[in-house]
Amino acid sequence: MTATAPVAERPAKEPKQSKRPQRFNEGTGRLAAILLSPTLLVLGLVVVFPIIMALRESLFTSGTKLDANGFIVKGSTFVGLQNYTDIFKGDTGHRFWNAAFNTTFFTVVCVVLETILGVAMALIMHKAFKGRGVVRASILVPWAIPTVVSALLWKWIFQADGIANTLLGTQILWSTEGWQSKASVIIADTWKTAPFIGLLVLAGLQTIPAEVYEAAKVDGASVWKTFTRITLPLVKPALLVAVLFRILDTLRIFDLPFVLVGAHKDSVETLSMLAYDEAFNTRYGPAAAYATLLFIYVAVVAYAFVKILGADVIGEARAKKPGGGGKAKKRRATAPEISAAAATNTGMGA
Amino acid sequence: MATATAQVRADAAKVRAAEVSPMRRWAPLIGVGLIVLYCLAPFYWMVVSAFRRPADQFSNALIPRPFSLQNFKDVFSANNGFQRGLLNSLIVAGSVTILTLVIGMIAAYTLARLDFRGKNLVLAIIITTSMFPGISLVVPLLKLFINIHWINTYQAMIVPSLSFALPLAVWNLTAFFRQMPQELEQAAMVDGCTPAQAFRKVILPLAAPGVFTTAIITFIAAWNEFLIALSMTNKKSIQTANVIISQFTGTTGRDQPFGSQMAAGVVVTIPLVIAVLLFQRRIVAGLTAGGVK
Repeated sequence: MTATAPVAERPAKEPKQSKRPQRFNEGTGRLAAILLSPTLLVLGLVVVFPIIMALRESLFTSGTKLDANGFIVKGSTFVGLQNYTDIFKGDTGHRFWNAAFNTTFFTVVCVVLETILGVAMALIMHKAFKGRGVVRASILVPWAIPTVVSALLWKWIFQADGIANTLLGTQILWSTEGWQSKASVIIADTWKTAPFIGLLVLAGLQTIPAEVYEAAKVDGASVWKTFTRITLPLVKPALLVAVLFRILDTLRIFDLPFVLVGAHKDSVETLSMLAYDEAFNTRYGPAAAYATLLFIYVAVVAYAFVKILGADVIGEARAKKPGGGGKAKKRRATAPEISAAAATNTGMGA
Repeated sequence: MATATAQVRADAAKVRAAEVSPMRRWAPLIGVGLIVLYCLAPFYWMVVSAFRRPADQFSNALIPRPFSLQNFKDVFSANNGFQRGLLNSLIVAGSVTILTLVIGMIAAYTLARLDFRGKNLVLAIIITTSMFPGISLVVPLLKLFINIHWINTYQAMIVPSLSFALPLAVWNLTAFFRQMPQELEQAAMVDGCTPAQAFRKVILPLAAPGVFTTAIITFIAAWNEFLIALSMTNKKSIQTANVIISQFTGTTGRDQPFGSQMAAGVVVTIPLVIAVLLFQRRIVAGLTAGGVK
């Protein structure tokens, strides 16, 4: 009955609205807790618990060794922060810093390239009216291909006598140590994920009302000005979230360098690969230490990104504090956005 | 005033008409062509390479001639265990998808409909857990699974996969449930449904497209998973297709059997590409619901 209330009756609806949250608040907290508990329990078990376990594990060392009295000690021994201090020493230290550099290097270069390409793609798709269906289908193909398969595909393309060298007219040994193997990883990663950023940015672009651009045109704004003063600020929320997800994704990059170039290659070894390698050789203590360091690195980057750039990750899902009829207002405010998004989706179907 | 705006609008239209030069008309189309080329050229190369004869593997011709299915026969030859790998992938990704949907749907509906204290916190926690690097979960879980003899079991791959699949599903489903008017349940409850019945009998059938989209996205994510599947198994009979492809060995020593790898890649990818082509609009809606408000 509320659904069909005509606009003129709106003031009369006020008491009803204040009643609604009340009904939803009766024991809602407890109900919500019950309904959310399976999800939170699973996440606690498969995410939070392992992280804590890794932290604990990183303080122990396993395997056989001699204690101070010359007795053989088996199993785990508590070593405090030794696993961490060992990481920064000697050869291990060199390997760690190299992996940390590679991880950071891949993240910065890939995300910058992907963002530029993705935004460019989104702008083109936004302008194009013909062939939208085709372009949307093809843009999903790199996204749908498993990373392992795309890694093998690029390994094949970058073979010594493969198509890349033929097309470029070069004879580069891409999979050998050096800048070329880094480049091959970056190219493969960019190929796979730039379209994805394009997709997210396009959705952001389509929520910008055409009137804004008309107004800019009437005011005589140049194309560049329109882009920097209107398009960029308005897609910024969508873009920031996309970039944040890409940064976090690239910081944990594993599959691509592991399959495309291989393990134990200085040029492409990332922190994830380093931790995997240690765990693979049953050195769980150091592996857990590497994993924990990577976790801290990711957490710090994510926190800084959200704090400094104000990426609103929760976005529209953010709830107003219960009560005060804020919810009803919020609902109304988001309705146009949703219908815009819906229009977007049907609009792309051409 | 009205005439002035009309005048301005007419002028703007004139300006626009004057600006549509051939260059402007064709530029977007060329751009679209470039994007399609960018996205599909490497994929095309995989397909083409798969259909060459193994002897022509290093040919760089754009069309495979003579056309051959030998690579596919090689892939499915008994010693690769590729069929088994596909089945394992299907079991793991399917279980992850079903578990995730069942658990995630309740949470998503709660988050979309109920107002309670700490909702933002819960949303933040769920989105944060999806950002954790996989390796920092795999390392401790690996040791745990060795101790409880879970290595080389399906659950050893399914359980850790929930860590990325569940947040993804909850996020997508929340967006879908939120788009449905609240009046639906209210009408159902006026008609005498309990909230649980309203959810089951009214919301679920209507949310089916959203649930389906989430299922596809989750399935693709789980199907593409590599690190967990690689770490938790060392027996071929239990490994997923992704792991098996990455460990294909050639018949001749150090040579990489790229032909059969490409064929295997095509086999693993084609179902996903078909799903993408069929449901592209839904998938795009689902993906952007997660990232964009």
